[in-house]
Amino acid sequence: MTETPDLEKNPTVARIRAWRPEAISELISFRGELTLVVPREHLRPLAEFLAGEPDLAFTFLSDVTGVDRFPVEPRFELNYHLLSISRRDTLRLRVRLPGESPVVESVVPVWPTANWHEREIFDLFGMHFDGHPDLRRMLMPDDWEGFPLRKDYPVEGPR
Amino acid sequence: MTIVQTATGPAKTMVLNMGPQHPSTHGVLRVLLELDGETVVKADVDIGYLHTGIEKTAEALTYSQTITITDRMDYLAPLSNNLAYCLAVEKLLGLEVPKRAQYIRVLLTELTRIGSHLVWLGTHAIDLGAMSVFLYCFREREKLLSIFEMVSGQRMMTSYFRIGGLALEPPTGWMDRVEDVVRTFPSRFDEYEDLLTKNRIWQARTQGVGLLSASDAIAFGVSGPSLRGSGVDYDVRKYFPY
Repeated sequence: MTETPDLEKNPTVARIRAWRPEAISELISFRGELTLVVPREHLRPLAEFLAGEPDLAFTFLSDVTGVDRFPVEPRFELNYHLLSISRRDTLRLRVRLPGESPVVESVVPVWPTANWHEREIFDLFGMHFDGHPDLRRMLMPDDWEGFPLRKDYPVEGPR
Repeated sequence: MTIVQTATGPAKTMVLNMGPQHPSTHGVLRVLLELDGETVVKADVDIGYLHTGIEKTAEALTYSQTITITDRMDYLAPLSNNLAYCLAVEKLLGLEVPKRAQYIRVLLTELTRIGSHLVWLGTHAIDLGAMSVFLYCFREREKLLSIFEMVSGQRMMTSYFRIGGLALEPPTGWMDRVEDVVRTFPSRFDEYEDLLTKNRIWQARTQGVGLLSASDAIAFGVSGPSLRGSGVDYDVRKYFPY
Protein backbone atom coordinates (compact mmCIF):
# COMPACT_ATOMS: atom_id res chain seq x y z
CA MET A 1 0.00 0.00 0.00
CA THR A 2 1.98 3.00 -1.20
CA GLU A 3 0.98 6.59 -1.61
CA THR A 4 3.20 8.03 -4.31
CA PRO A 5 3.19 11.58 -5.62
CA ASP A 6 2.23 10.26 -9.09
CA LEU A 7 -1.24 9.34 -7.89
CA GLU A 8 -2.10 12.98 -7.35
CA LYS A 9 -1.54 13.46 -11.09
CA ASN A 10 -4.20 10.86 -11.90
CA PRO A 11 -6.91 12.84 -13.73
CA THR A 12 -9.75 11.61 -11.54
CA VAL A 13 -7.82 12.37 -8.36
CA ALA A 14 -6.87 15.82 -9.66
CA ARG A 15 -10.51 16.62 -10.47
CA ILE A 16 -11.64 15.57 -7.01
CA ARG A 17 -8.88 17.55 -5.32
CA ALA A 18 -9.88 20.61 -7.32
CA TRP A 19 -13.51 20.18 -6.28
CA ARG A 20 -13.14 19.13 -2.64
CA PRO A 21 -9.65 18.10 -1.48
CA GLU A 22 -10.84 16.68 1.85
CA ALA A 23 -13.00 14.10 0.06
CA ILE A 24 -9.95 11.83 -0.23
CA SER A 25 -8.14 11.00 2.98
CA GLU A 26 -5.81 8.38 1.51
CA LEU A 27 -4.74 7.17 -1.92
CA ILE A 28 -3.90 3.53 -2.51
CA SER A 29 -2.49 2.01 -5.66
CA PHE A 30 -2.14 -1.76 -5.70
CA ARG A 31 -1.71 -4.06 -8.70
CA GLY A 32 -2.71 -1.25 -11.02
CA GLU A 33 -5.95 -0.52 -9.19
CA LEU A 34 -6.67 2.87 -7.65
CA THR A 35 -8.52 3.07 -4.35
CA LEU A 36 -9.66 6.31 -2.77
CA VAL A 37 -10.25 6.24 0.96
CA VAL A 38 -13.16 8.60 1.63
CA PRO A 39 -14.30 9.94 5.00
CA ARG A 40 -17.88 8.82 5.47
CA GLU A 41 -19.41 12.28 5.47
CA HIS A 42 -18.01 12.90 1.99
CA LEU A 43 -19.13 9.64 0.41
CA ARG A 44 -22.52 10.72 -0.85
CA PRO A 45 -21.40 14.08 -2.28
CA LEU A 46 -18.40 12.39 -3.88
CA ALA A 47 -20.68 9.74 -5.37
CA GLU A 48 -22.88 12.40 -6.90
CA PHE A 49 -19.82 14.21 -8.21
CA LEU A 50 -18.26 11.12 -9.79
CA ALA A 51 -21.51 10.00 -11.39
CA GLY A 52 -22.70 13.43 -12.45
CA GLU A 53 -19.63 15.05 -13.95
CA PRO A 54 -19.67 14.30 -17.71
CA ASP A 55 -15.89 13.99 -17.94
CA LEU A 56 -15.82 11.49 -15.07
CA ALA A 57 -19.05 9.62 -15.86
CA PHE A 58 -18.81 6.87 -13.25
CA THR A 59 -22.41 5.98 -13.92
CA PHE A 60 -22.11 2.25 -13.30
CA LEU A 61 -21.83 0.81 -9.82
CA SER A 62 -20.44 -2.69 -10.24
CA ASP A 63 -20.50 -3.75 -6.63
CA VAL A 64 -20.53 -2.70 -3.01
CA THR A 65 -18.79 -5.08 -0.63
CA GLY A 66 -18.46 -5.02 3.11
CA VAL A 67 -15.50 -6.09 5.21
CA ASP A 68 -15.39 -6.81 8.91
CA ARG A 69 -11.90 -6.17 10.22
CA PHE A 70 -12.68 -7.25 13.80
CA PRO A 71 -10.92 -6.68 16.13
CA VAL A 72 -9.15 -3.86 14.25
CA GLU A 73 -10.79 -0.42 14.49
CA PRO A 74 -12.34 1.18 12.45
CA ARG A 75 -14.05 -2.18 12.33
CA PHE A 76 -16.07 -2.01 9.16
CA GLU A 77 -15.09 -1.17 5.64
CA LEU A 78 -17.18 -0.58 2.55
CA ASN A 79 -15.76 -0.85 -0.94
CA TYR A 80 -17.63 0.75 -3.82
CA HIS A 81 -16.54 -0.49 -7.24
CA LEU A 82 -17.25 2.10 -9.90
CA LEU A 83 -17.10 1.79 -13.65
CA SER A 84 -17.21 4.43 -16.34
CA ILE A 85 -18.45 2.74 -19.49
CA SER A 86 -17.83 5.72 -21.72
CA ARG A 87 -14.27 6.26 -20.45
CA ARG A 88 -13.37 2.58 -19.88
CA ASP A 89 -12.17 3.40 -16.40
CA THR A 90 -12.64 1.82 -13.01
CA LEU A 91 -12.29 3.19 -9.50
CA ARG A 92 -12.70 1.95 -5.97
CA LEU A 93 -14.00 4.04 -3.09
CA ARG A 94 -13.33 2.84 0.42
CA VAL A 95 -15.16 4.02 3.51
CA ARG A 96 -14.21 2.91 7.01
CA LEU A 97 -16.85 2.82 9.70
CA PRO A 98 -16.50 2.42 13.48
CA GLY A 99 -17.75 -0.78 15.05
CA GLU A 100 -20.22 0.72 17.50
CA SER A 101 -21.98 2.90 14.95
CA PRO A 102 -21.51 1.68 11.38
CA VAL A 103 -23.72 4.17 9.59
CA VAL A 104 -23.19 5.82 6.23
CA GLU A 105 -25.45 7.67 3.84
CA SER A 106 -27.10 5.57 1.19
CA VAL A 107 -26.04 6.08 -2.42
CA VAL A 108 -29.25 4.66 -3.86
CA PRO A 109 -30.27 8.05 -5.33
CA VAL A 110 -27.01 8.08 -7.29
CA TRP A 111 -26.87 4.42 -8.34
CA PRO A 112 -30.24 2.65 -7.89
CA THR A 113 -28.52 -0.72 -8.04
CA ALA A 114 -27.04 0.05 -4.63
CA ASN A 115 -30.48 -0.71 -3.21
CA TRP A 116 -29.85 -4.44 -3.03
CA HIS A 117 -26.12 -4.18 -2.34
CA GLU A 118 -26.79 -2.04 0.73
CA ARG A 119 -29.60 -4.34 1.86
CA GLU A 120 -27.31 -7.35 1.61
CA ILE A 121 -24.60 -5.58 3.63
CA PHE A 122 -27.16 -4.56 6.23
CA ASP A 123 -28.45 -8.13 6.35
CA LEU A 124 -25.07 -9.81 6.70
CA PHE A 125 -22.95 -7.17 8.49
CA GLY A 126 -25.40 -4.93 10.29
CA MET A 127 -24.12 -1.72 8.73
CA HIS A 128 -26.80 0.92 8.41
CA PHE A 129 -27.51 3.10 5.37
CA ASP A 130 -29.21 6.40 6.07
CA GLY A 131 -31.90 7.30 3.62
CA HIS A 132 -32.20 3.84 2.08
CA PRO A 133 -35.78 3.48 0.81
CA ASP A 134 -36.30 -0.07 2.09
CA LEU A 135 -33.57 -1.26 4.43
CA ARG A 136 -34.56 -4.75 5.51
CA ARG A 137 -33.10 -8.23 5.41
CA MET A 138 -32.86 -9.86 2.04
CA LEU A 139 -31.09 -13.21 2.21
CA MET A 140 -31.72 -14.22 5.79
CA PRO A 141 -35.31 -14.69 7.01
CA ASP A 142 -36.91 -11.46 8.21
CA ASP A 143 -36.84 -12.52 11.83
CA TRP A 144 -33.19 -13.66 11.91
CA GLU A 145 -31.05 -12.45 14.78
CA GLY A 146 -27.41 -11.63 14.31
CA PHE A 147 -25.25 -10.71 11.34
CA PRO A 148 -23.70 -13.80 9.74
CA LEU A 149 -20.72 -12.28 7.91
CA ARG A 150 -19.33 -10.62 11.01
CA LYS A 151 -16.11 -12.22 12.14
CA ASP A 152 -17.51 -12.93 15.59
CA TYR A 153 -20.40 -14.94 14.10
CA PRO A 154 -19.61 -18.66 13.98
CA VAL A 155 -19.19 -20.38 10.61
CA GLU A 156 -21.47 -23.21 11.70
CA GLY A 157 -24.24 -20.78 12.57
CA PRO A 158 -25.88 -20.18 15.94
CA ARG A 159 -26.27 -23.36 17.95
CA MET B 1 -43.33 -12.90 6.45
CA THR B 2 -43.09 -10.34 3.69
CA ILE B 3 -46.11 -8.02 3.56
CA VAL B 4 -47.12 -6.67 0.15
CA GLN B 5 -48.60 -3.20 -0.16
CA THR B 6 -51.07 -3.37 -3.00
CA ALA B 7 -50.59 -0.76 -5.70
CA THR B 8 -54.16 -0.08 -6.75
CA GLY B 9 -56.19 -1.15 -3.76
CA PRO B 10 -57.56 -4.50 -2.65
CA ALA B 11 -60.58 -4.89 -4.88
CA LYS B 12 -58.95 -4.56 -8.30
CA THR B 13 -55.95 -6.87 -8.17
CA MET B 14 -55.03 -10.32 -6.97
CA VAL B 15 -51.84 -11.24 -5.17
CA LEU B 16 -50.47 -14.56 -6.30
CA ASN B 17 -47.59 -16.28 -4.57
CA MET B 18 -45.18 -17.81 -7.05
CA GLY B 19 -42.66 -20.21 -5.62
CA PRO B 20 -40.32 -20.92 -3.97
CA GLN B 21 -40.80 -24.13 -5.92
CA HIS B 22 -42.33 -23.57 -9.30
CA PRO B 23 -41.62 -25.23 -12.66
CA SER B 24 -40.57 -22.07 -14.40
CA THR B 25 -38.54 -20.36 -11.72
CA HIS B 26 -35.57 -22.57 -12.63
CA GLY B 27 -34.17 -22.40 -9.17
CA VAL B 28 -35.68 -21.41 -5.90
CA LEU B 29 -37.21 -17.95 -6.00
CA ARG B 30 -40.31 -16.55 -4.42
CA VAL B 31 -42.18 -13.77 -6.17
CA LEU B 32 -45.34 -12.18 -4.85
CA LEU B 33 -47.15 -11.13 -7.98
CA GLU B 34 -49.88 -8.56 -7.96
CA LEU B 35 -51.99 -9.32 -10.98
CA ASP B 36 -54.54 -7.24 -12.82
CA GLY B 37 -55.97 -9.95 -15.03
CA GLU B 38 -52.89 -11.35 -16.77
CA THR B 39 -50.73 -8.26 -16.35
CA VAL B 40 -48.29 -8.13 -13.51
CA VAL B 41 -48.59 -4.67 -11.97
CA LYS B 42 -46.20 -5.26 -9.09
CA ALA B 43 -43.73 -7.98 -8.23
CA ASP B 44 -42.18 -8.32 -4.80
CA VAL B 45 -39.23 -10.63 -4.70
CA ASP B 46 -38.35 -12.72 -1.67
CA ILE B 47 -34.92 -14.24 -2.09
CA GLY B 48 -32.42 -16.06 0.07
CA TYR B 49 -33.39 -19.65 -0.66
CA LEU B 50 -30.22 -20.20 -2.64
CA HIS B 51 -28.03 -18.43 -0.11
CA THR B 52 -25.51 -21.07 0.91
CA GLY B 53 -23.09 -18.85 2.79
CA ILE B 54 -20.28 -19.21 0.27
CA GLU B 55 -18.46 -16.12 1.47
CA LYS B 56 -18.62 -17.26 5.08
CA THR B 57 -17.53 -20.77 4.20
CA ALA B 58 -14.61 -19.43 2.21
CA GLU B 59 -13.31 -17.68 5.33
CA ALA B 60 -12.72 -21.11 6.84
CA LEU B 61 -11.01 -22.62 3.79
CA THR B 62 -7.62 -22.18 2.18
CA TYR B 63 -7.33 -20.32 -1.12
CA SER B 64 -7.05 -23.62 -3.00
CA GLN B 65 -9.96 -25.26 -1.27
CA THR B 66 -12.23 -22.36 -2.15
CA ILE B 67 -11.97 -23.22 -5.85
CA THR B 68 -14.38 -26.10 -5.37
CA ILE B 69 -17.10 -23.90 -3.96
CA THR B 70 -16.74 -21.35 -6.75
CA ASP B 71 -18.10 -24.00 -9.15
CA ARG B 72 -21.39 -23.85 -7.34
CA MET B 73 -21.89 -20.12 -7.64
CA ASP B 74 -23.18 -20.13 -11.18
CA TYR B 75 -23.50 -23.82 -11.81
CA LEU B 76 -24.26 -23.35 -15.49
CA ALA B 77 -20.81 -21.85 -16.03
CA PRO B 78 -18.57 -23.40 -13.38
CA LEU B 79 -15.31 -22.76 -15.21
CA SER B 80 -16.11 -19.05 -15.40
CA ASN B 81 -16.36 -18.85 -11.65
CA ASN B 82 -13.16 -20.88 -11.25
CA LEU B 83 -11.40 -18.45 -13.55
CA ALA B 84 -12.68 -15.29 -11.91
CA TYR B 85 -11.61 -16.52 -8.50
CA CYS B 86 -8.19 -17.73 -9.65
CA LEU B 87 -7.54 -14.46 -11.47
CA ALA B 88 -8.39 -12.51 -8.31
CA VAL B 89 -6.06 -14.55 -6.11
CA GLU B 90 -3.30 -14.46 -8.72
CA LYS B 91 -3.62 -10.68 -8.90
CA LEU B 92 -3.36 -10.40 -5.12
CA LEU B 93 -0.26 -12.59 -5.12
CA GLY B 94 1.24 -10.87 -8.15
CA LEU B 95 1.52 -14.30 -9.72
CA GLU B 96 2.19 -14.74 -13.42
CA VAL B 97 0.40 -17.61 -15.11
CA PRO B 98 2.12 -19.47 -17.97
CA LYS B 99 0.89 -18.30 -21.38
CA ARG B 100 -0.34 -21.73 -22.40
CA ALA B 101 -2.45 -22.07 -19.29
CA GLN B 102 -3.88 -18.60 -19.87
CA TYR B 103 -5.00 -19.59 -23.36
CA ILE B 104 -6.46 -22.90 -22.26
CA ARG B 105 -8.34 -21.26 -19.41
CA VAL B 106 -9.94 -18.59 -21.58
CA LEU B 107 -10.75 -21.15 -24.28
CA LEU B 108 -12.53 -23.42 -21.83
CA THR B 109 -14.27 -20.47 -20.22
CA GLU B 110 -15.66 -19.36 -23.55
CA LEU B 111 -16.94 -22.89 -24.22
CA THR B 112 -18.56 -22.71 -20.80
CA ARG B 113 -20.17 -19.45 -21.80
CA ILE B 114 -21.69 -21.14 -24.85
CA GLY B 115 -22.95 -23.96 -22.65
CA SER B 116 -24.60 -21.52 -20.29
CA HIS B 117 -26.24 -19.62 -23.12
CA LEU B 118 -27.54 -22.87 -24.60
CA VAL B 119 -29.34 -23.50 -21.34
CA TRP B 120 -30.74 -19.99 -21.41
CA LEU B 121 -32.05 -20.35 -24.94
CA GLY B 122 -33.35 -23.87 -24.48
CA THR B 123 -35.20 -23.15 -21.27
CA HIS B 124 -36.57 -19.87 -22.56
CA ALA B 125 -37.88 -21.67 -25.61
CA ILE B 126 -39.44 -24.48 -23.67
CA ASP B 127 -41.10 -22.06 -21.29
CA LEU B 128 -42.77 -20.55 -24.32
CA GLY B 129 -43.70 -23.94 -25.69
CA ALA B 130 -40.95 -24.56 -28.28
CA MET B 131 -39.86 -27.92 -26.98
CA SER B 132 -37.65 -29.05 -29.83
CA VAL B 133 -35.30 -26.07 -29.42
CA PHE B 134 -34.75 -27.17 -25.83
CA LEU B 135 -33.71 -30.64 -26.95
CA TYR B 136 -31.41 -29.31 -29.67
CA CYS B 137 -29.69 -26.91 -27.28
CA PHE B 138 -29.08 -29.65 -24.78
CA ARG B 139 -27.83 -31.96 -27.50
CA GLU B 140 -25.17 -29.34 -28.32
CA ARG B 141 -24.42 -28.91 -24.66
CA GLU B 142 -23.62 -32.62 -24.38
CA LYS B 143 -20.63 -32.09 -26.66
CA LEU B 144 -19.35 -29.32 -24.40
CA LEU B 145 -19.91 -31.29 -21.23
CA SER B 146 -17.99 -34.23 -22.65
CA ILE B 147 -15.04 -31.91 -23.36
CA PHE B 148 -15.09 -30.72 -19.73
CA GLU B 149 -15.27 -34.30 -18.58
CA MET B 150 -12.34 -35.20 -20.78
CA VAL B 151 -10.05 -32.52 -19.36
CA SER B 152 -11.15 -32.39 -15.74
CA GLY B 153 -13.00 -35.61 -15.01
CA GLN B 154 -16.20 -33.71 -14.30
CA ARG B 155 -19.05 -32.65 -16.56
CA MET B 156 -20.17 -29.74 -14.44
CA MET B 157 -18.39 -28.98 -11.17
CA THR B 158 -15.04 -28.99 -12.86
CA SER B 159 -12.75 -27.16 -10.38
CA TYR B 160 -10.24 -27.45 -13.17
CA PHE B 161 -8.30 -24.23 -12.70
CA ARG B 162 -5.78 -23.70 -9.96
CA ILE B 163 -4.08 -20.67 -8.55
CA GLY B 164 -1.32 -20.29 -11.09
CA GLY B 165 -2.75 -22.38 -13.91
CA LEU B 166 -4.52 -25.67 -14.38
CA ALA B 167 -5.07 -28.70 -12.20
CA LEU B 168 -4.08 -31.21 -14.87
CA GLU B 169 -2.54 -31.31 -18.29
CA PRO B 170 -5.37 -31.68 -20.84
CA PRO B 171 -5.25 -35.13 -22.46
CA THR B 172 -4.18 -35.59 -26.07
CA GLY B 173 -7.06 -35.40 -28.47
CA TRP B 174 -9.02 -32.78 -26.58
CA MET B 175 -8.33 -30.11 -29.21
CA ASP B 176 -9.94 -32.36 -31.83
CA ARG B 177 -13.15 -32.21 -29.86
CA VAL B 178 -12.89 -28.46 -29.51
CA GLU B 179 -12.31 -28.08 -33.23
CA ASP B 180 -15.33 -30.27 -33.88
CA VAL B 181 -17.41 -27.91 -31.77
CA VAL B 182 -16.09 -24.86 -33.58
CA ARG B 183 -16.83 -26.51 -36.93
CA THR B 184 -20.32 -27.78 -36.26
CA PHE B 185 -21.95 -25.32 -33.89
CA PRO B 186 -22.50 -22.35 -36.22
CA SER B 187 -24.83 -24.32 -38.46
CA ARG B 188 -26.68 -25.61 -35.40
CA PHE B 189 -27.23 -22.04 -34.27
CA ASP B 190 -28.61 -21.34 -37.72
CA GLU B 191 -31.10 -24.15 -37.09
CA TYR B 192 -32.29 -22.44 -33.92
CA GLU B 193 -32.69 -19.19 -35.81
CA ASP B 194 -34.76 -20.97 -38.45
CA LEU B 195 -37.02 -22.29 -35.74
CA LEU B 196 -37.37 -19.16 -33.68
CA THR B 197 -36.35 -15.82 -35.11
CA LYS B 198 -39.21 -15.38 -37.59
CA ASN B 199 -41.63 -17.53 -35.65
CA ARG B 200 -44.84 -15.60 -35.00
CA ILE B 201 -45.42 -17.13 -31.60
CA TRP B 202 -41.85 -16.46 -30.51
CA GLN B 203 -42.08 -12.87 -31.66
CA ALA B 204 -45.45 -12.31 -30.05
CA ARG B 205 -44.25 -13.59 -26.72
CA THR B 206 -40.94 -11.78 -26.66
CA GLN B 207 -41.40 -8.44 -28.42
CA GLY B 208 -42.38 -5.74 -25.99
CA VAL B 209 -42.16 -8.11 -23.02
CA GLY B 210 -39.98 -7.14 -20.09
CA LEU B 211 -38.22 -4.28 -21.84
CA LEU B 212 -35.14 -2.88 -20.12
CA SER B 213 -33.92 0.45 -21.39
CA ALA B 214 -30.23 1.22 -21.63
CA SER B 215 -30.38 3.84 -18.89
CA ASP B 216 -32.29 1.49 -16.60
CA ALA B 217 -29.78 -1.26 -17.27
CA ILE B 218 -26.92 1.00 -16.24
CA ALA B 219 -28.81 2.32 -13.23
CA PHE B 220 -29.60 -1.20 -12.05
CA GLY B 221 -26.06 -2.44 -12.52
CA VAL B 222 -26.98 -4.97 -15.18
CA SER B 223 -23.94 -6.50 -16.83
CA GLY B 224 -23.01 -8.94 -19.57
CA PRO B 225 -25.39 -10.05 -22.32
CA SER B 226 -28.35 -8.39 -20.64
CA LEU B 227 -26.56 -5.04 -20.74
CA ARG B 228 -25.62 -5.52 -24.37
CA GLY B 229 -29.18 -6.61 -25.09
CA SER B 230 -30.33 -3.24 -23.81
CA GLY B 231 -28.11 -1.56 -26.34
CA VAL B 232 -25.09 -0.63 -24.24
CA ASP B 233 -21.79 -1.39 -25.89
CA TYR B 234 -19.81 -2.84 -23.02
CA ASP B 235 -17.93 -6.13 -23.00
CA VAL B 236 -15.45 -6.67 -20.18
CA ARG B 237 -13.50 -9.08 -22.39
CA LYS B 238 -12.71 -6.21 -24.73
CA TYR B 239 -12.47 -3.36 -22.24
CA PHE B 240 -10.49 -5.13 -19.52
CA PRO B 241 -9.12 -8.29 -21.13
CA TYR B 242 -8.10 -11.16 -18.93
